This record gives sequence, structure tokens and C-alpha cells, in this order.
Amino acid sequence: MMEDRSNGYKSGSNLERLIRAGHFVVTAELGPPKGWQREVIERKAKLLRGVVDAVNITDNQTAIVRMSSIAAGRILVELGLEPIIQMTCRDRNRLGIQSDLLGAAALGIRNVLCLTGDHQSFGNHPTAKNVHDLDSIQLVQMVARMRDEGIFQCGEAIKGGGPPFFIGAAANPFGDPFEFRPYRLAKKVAAGADFIQTQLVFDIPRFKEYMKRVVDMGLHEKVAILAGVGPLKSTGMARYMRDRVPGMRVADEYVERMKAAVAGIPKEDKAARREAWRAEGIRICVEQIHQLREIEGVAGIHIMAIEWEEAVPVIVKEAGLYPRPTVGEAVLKT
Amino acid sequence: MIVAEQKPLEEIKELIADAERVLIVGCGTCVTVCFAGGAKEAAILGSTLRMATRLDGHGKAIDEVTVQRQCEWEYIDPLEARLDDYDLILSLGCGIGVQTLAERFPDKPVVPGLNTVFMGLPVEQGVWEERCQACGDCILGLTAGICPIARCSKQLLNGPCGGSQDGRCEVDESIPCAWQLIYERAKALGRLDKLLEIQPPKDWSKSRDGGPRRVVREDLRLTHRVAEVAGGER
Ligand code: SF4
Ligand code: SF4
Repeated sequence: MMEDRSNGYKSGSNLERLIRAGHFVVTAELGPPKGWQREVIERKAKLLRGVVDAVNITDNQTAIVRMSSIAAGRILVELGLEPIIQMTCRDRNRLGIQSDLLGAAALGIRNVLCLTGDHQSFGNHPTAKNVHDLDSIQLVQMVARMRDEGIFQCGEAIKGGGPPFFIGAAANPFGDPFEFRPYRLAKKVAAGADFIQTQLVFDIPRFKEYMKRVVDMGLHEKVAILAGVGPLKSTGMARYMRDRVPGMRVADEYVERMKAAVAGIPKEDKAARREAWRAEGIRICVEQIHQLREIEGVAGIHIMAIEWEEAVPVIVKEAGLYPRPTVGEAVLKT
Repeated sequence: MIVAEQKPLEEIKELIADAERVLIVGCGTCVTVCFAGGAKEAAILGSTLRMATRLDGHGKAIDEVTVQRQCEWEYIDPLEARLDDYDLILSLGCGIGVQTLAERFPDKPVVPGLNTVFMGLPVEQGVWEERCQACGDCILGLTAGICPIARCSKQLLNGPCGGSQDGRCEVDESIPCAWQLIYERAKALGRLDKLLEIQPPKDWSKSRDGGPRRVVREDLRLTHRVAEVAGGER
């Protein structure tokens, strides 16, 4: 594994190399199936290959059981894509997390995103017991110590040295208390986060305000911040995200634009409405990427096109982010 | 205090189905204060069950008694004299009361009439909220006197998750977000600096995760004192 750390890289992952070289990076999200069909991953991977720099694999997202993020991540490695496996604190304690991370490293996975996890009451096993032995900041710190000091959380040495991970964390600039959010980000950076992926940005003025504080605190120089975007699929989805998703803000402007996109198309013509909505969703997303690129401290974009991975190549190309740059080895050593 | 709620009547009927003579034992402490298992609730449950079992065609003999505290031997010992008249105890104490009775009266079946819910307080008339999970290593000194173990749905120690909005927890709008409360209070007290330090992983071995817990105070133990008075070794 030592070769991965040559040139002073922490993990040698494609994402790390591109960030280090100062490129504006692009990541996207891939939701593993609610089943064990490898083909689902292969089909989605095909859409994303060469279009993004690394691919997030969600970990039982919204507390719904899906294929393991590490297993799905390994499939991506085999297909020549670079995974970012997501790891939540909801389902595993410190023993489970560390053992899974060692396994992930052995399978050639080099990026990990450390999350608290959505509460299980949102998912398909609401009667489950949750874990939360660690919180996401403690998780970041634990992974950083595993990597940098070669020790487990208990302080014992990891045989053969620490696993080379590029460590990510999430940030929600729109959660409350708003004034505390930049400080929480600072804690994640102090804990050892190398990159940050934000919640979907649908309120650009608010995001700018947040980023200004982040830049004033100098955090953008210590961590690569990837702003979250995602194409809206319908007026209903925009409204739902605005009104019903805790910790999410959607400016009315986007709801109105989605509504206007289908104005004049009869309700019965479902296919035409779908087309019009999706086209507008992609248009908004591309515009947002252009706006976000202009904001100081934004080092990249994270595209969350949930169950609509087909949209990702279109967005990346229309945003002028294609082809993707390469630095050093094009394919990660495994 | 310990907060409990009465079980649904149907469930209680199931629990006492095999018994002919039932003694309902209320408790005069926490569950009286939360209107779940005091003398008044025991009396109401008693007459409800007498009527219900009669209507079901199989009336049971049901009496009630309420002790001052069901979780101490000295308050429940006097019950022993009466127990021959009953084949089952329906406890309206918290889970501790039920077990204290079961431990003291090994020959008598004891069933719970309440669901013990949490340790907390009445925040207003008719509304109780959880405040402490007995984690065994109190961190209220770090969190502005508001407990994230009991009051944050994810037991976070380093600040709010991404789902906190308008002071409400992502899990349910009826739950105040503990971290919003901690932030506001720390800010008002000029103690925000405490929240900027990274809190390390918690030592859960001191909580229930370390197995059932026990507190021993040698200075208070009677056997110890007797030994000391007698000049025995410590
Ligand atoms: S920190 Fe522990 S002991 Fe203190 S109030 Fe919370 S649960 Fe109870
Ligand atoms: S919203 Fe607040 S109380 Fe709920 S889990 Fe998040 S931090 Fe905890």
C-alpha cells in the first residue's frame, strides 16, 4: 500500500490527486439497489464512468436497507471507477466501523465519507435500535488517527500500518442553528476531514452567506468544499423538499420555475410534463453549478441525482465540466 | 422522577387472564405524581377490571392497595400477610417496583400494569419529557446543562446534525432539538467556547452498555459498620 502515499498523498485517490492539483472536482452519488443484483451497479456505473472524478455510494440512505456501500464500492473499483464509500454512525459501533474500514481498504477503496446517518424512523425498519456509539466528528477523528497514527480508536496499533483513506465529511449549511454551522465545519476540519460535501444547495444567497463565514475563518484553505446540487424532477418534488425535508431550504423561485415549466401542458399528458420538468430541472442544476463555481471557497460539485443517474452526464457536459482532468495514474492501484 | 403510562386495558386483561384473585399494588411516589399508578389510578383500574371481567362472563376478585414506595423492601414487606388471599399481583409501580415485588415474593406471580417510559419531569400540566438516560458519566457540565444523551435523537456530542430546523428535531416536530437548546443556552451564558472543543467518543461502559450496574457505598453498608464497631478489618 505504500506506493499510494508517494508524493505525500494521504491516500493517492483520484479525488485527492485532483484536489491537490487544484482542479475543480466533480463527484456524483450512486444509490445501491434494494437487492443483490450486481447488474444494477454496473448499469449505473456505466453512466458515470469518465464523467465524474469519484462516486459516492450511499450507506443505507434514509435508513432504508440496501446493498452494502463497501460491496458496491468494490464493484466500482473492478469497473475502473473510484468510489467514495459513505459510512454512518447509525448502524455500527466503533468495532464494526473499524473492521469494515480495514476491509474496504483491502478491497482498494480509498475515499470514505463520514456521516451521522438519517434517523431510522425515516426508513423501512423504524422499530430498529440505533447505535450512535460515535458521532460523525468522532468518526472523522477516528479514521484520521487510523490513517495517520496507525492506531485503532482504543490506541492499539493497526498491524501493517494505517489504511490510506481520503476522509470526507458532510456539511449542511442550511440546518439550524445557522450561526453554529461554520463552527461545526471547523470541528470537522480539526478532526481531520480532507473534503466536505454539502447538502443540496437550493438557496444560493444563504449558501453565499455561509461560505463567506467559512472563508473568513480560513477553512476553505484546509479542506476542499464540494457544493451539493441535484436536478429537480417535478414541482411536487421541489415543494416536498422545501416544506417537508428537515434541514433543507429551497427558494420559492425554483418551485415557481418548475411550475412554469409545465404551464400549458395538459395534466393528462404525463410524458410531456415529465419531459418538460426534467429539462427544467437539468437547466436549473446547470445554472446553479455556474453560480456556485463563482463563490470563493467552492472547490467542486457533488451531484445527487437520486434514482436518475442518467442526468449526471448531461449536467456535467452542459456545465462545461467535461472531459474530466487526470493527474498522475489514471487508474488507482489496488 | 420516573415517568410511566398505564398499559392498554386489553393487554392488562390478558396479563391477569389466568388469575381468579388479583391484588393491584399501586405506588405512592413517582407514578402517583405522573398520574399512572397511585392510589387513585389503582382504584379506577380495580373497578374497571371488576366490571370488565364480569361483563366478559368471568368476574374476578380484585382488590387494591397502595404502598408509599414500591422500590424499597420496608414499604412492601407488610404486604406479605395479605398475599395468601391472591393468586397474582398486578403492580402499578414502575419496572423497578414490579421487580422489587417479584424479588420479595418469589411464590407470587407479578405482572406490570404500566409501561415505564423514562426519567424526566412534567414540563407543564399533563406533559412529561425525558431528561436523563443514566449514562453513568454526566456531561451536563459540557453541554450547558442540557443532556444530549437523553434529548438528542442521535445522542450526538459535538453539535447538531443536519436535520435540525427551526428548533425542531428531524425525527418529529414535537421534539425540541437538544442541540438548538444547548447552543442557545451556551450562547446566552457566554460559554460557546465549550461547544467548539471536540468531545471524544463517550465511555459507554459506564452506561448500560457495560452490563447491569451496581453502586456500592462501603461507608454506608451495615455489615461494614458492624465490622468496624467490632474492630474488624476494613
Ligand atoms: S449526561 Fe448522562 S447522567 Fe447526565 S443527564 Fe445526560 S444521561 Fe443523565
Ligand atoms: S435534529 Fe437535533 S435533536 Fe434531532 S438528532 Fe439532530 S441534533 Fe439531535
